[in-house]
Amino acid sequence: MAYSAAKKPRPKYLSLSAILFEIRLPLAGWVSILHRASGVLLFVSTLWLLFMLDRSLASPGGFDFVRHYLGLAPVKLALLVLVWAYCHHFCAGIRFLLLDLHKGIDKARARASSIAVLVASLALTVFFGARLW
Amino acid sequence: MVKRIVVGAHYGLRDWLAQRVTAVVMAVYSAIVVVVLMIGQPINYAVWRDLFAQGWMRVATLLFAASVAWHMWVGMRDILMDYVKPTGVRLSAQVLVLLVIAGYLGWTVQILWR
Repeated sequence: MAYSAAKKPRPKYLSLSAILFEIRLPLAGWVSILHRASGVLLFVSTLWLLFMLDRSLASPGGFDFVRHYLGLAPVKLALLVLVWAYCHHFCAGIRFLLLDLHKGIDKARARASSIAVLVASLALTVFFGARLW
Repeated sequence: MVKRIVVGAHYGLRDWLAQRVTAVVMAVYSAIVVVVLMIGQPINYAVWRDLFAQGWMRVATLLFAASVAWHMWVGMRDILMDYVKPTGVRLSAQVLVLLVIAGYLGWTVQILWR
């Protein structure tokens, strides 16, 4: 077995399908890459969020416009994605702060905390989503 | 000897620490806003406007926005350093990110002190 493993062709170049289907990230890796992705999403979306804050505070008409606008299904869906992005970034960030303080850095607890982040951010998204509807 | 490049990370602790300090500021603000919105009256225009007319809310939101700006800069710069290798492209992207963040911050001030 060890011999056949050593005979694998090297170097191995990563194809898109390898990146998508062959490389399996551990759960902590998913928390990390989703922290990045949600961060970029929030950076870009701040333009949209500031636009809505601006309109909603500008005048009663602007407020009604934003309320109506947020009632549209695609807008609600987009906002829900941002709510998830914020919750995930928040929860994963707290996990990283605790890791920086050397809390829960052994393998078992790090894995447990990554599951907790994924579950908690989804639960918070459902909670805030239900409140927003 | 470390080879220093202009689009690098300045090889220091300050940005790393700033990212964490600003994270705590944003977390505290987020928690306060969620509590205020959940225990307060149903949101209509008057409630919404009065909330942002209060001095403490304006200052807290400005502190939040400043933290967001700094945090975004460190995060976006880290991502650009990881994925964008050509120095010219990376520098251009970093400048673009900084201009966008400055624009966000200016717009926020304009919204808060209209």
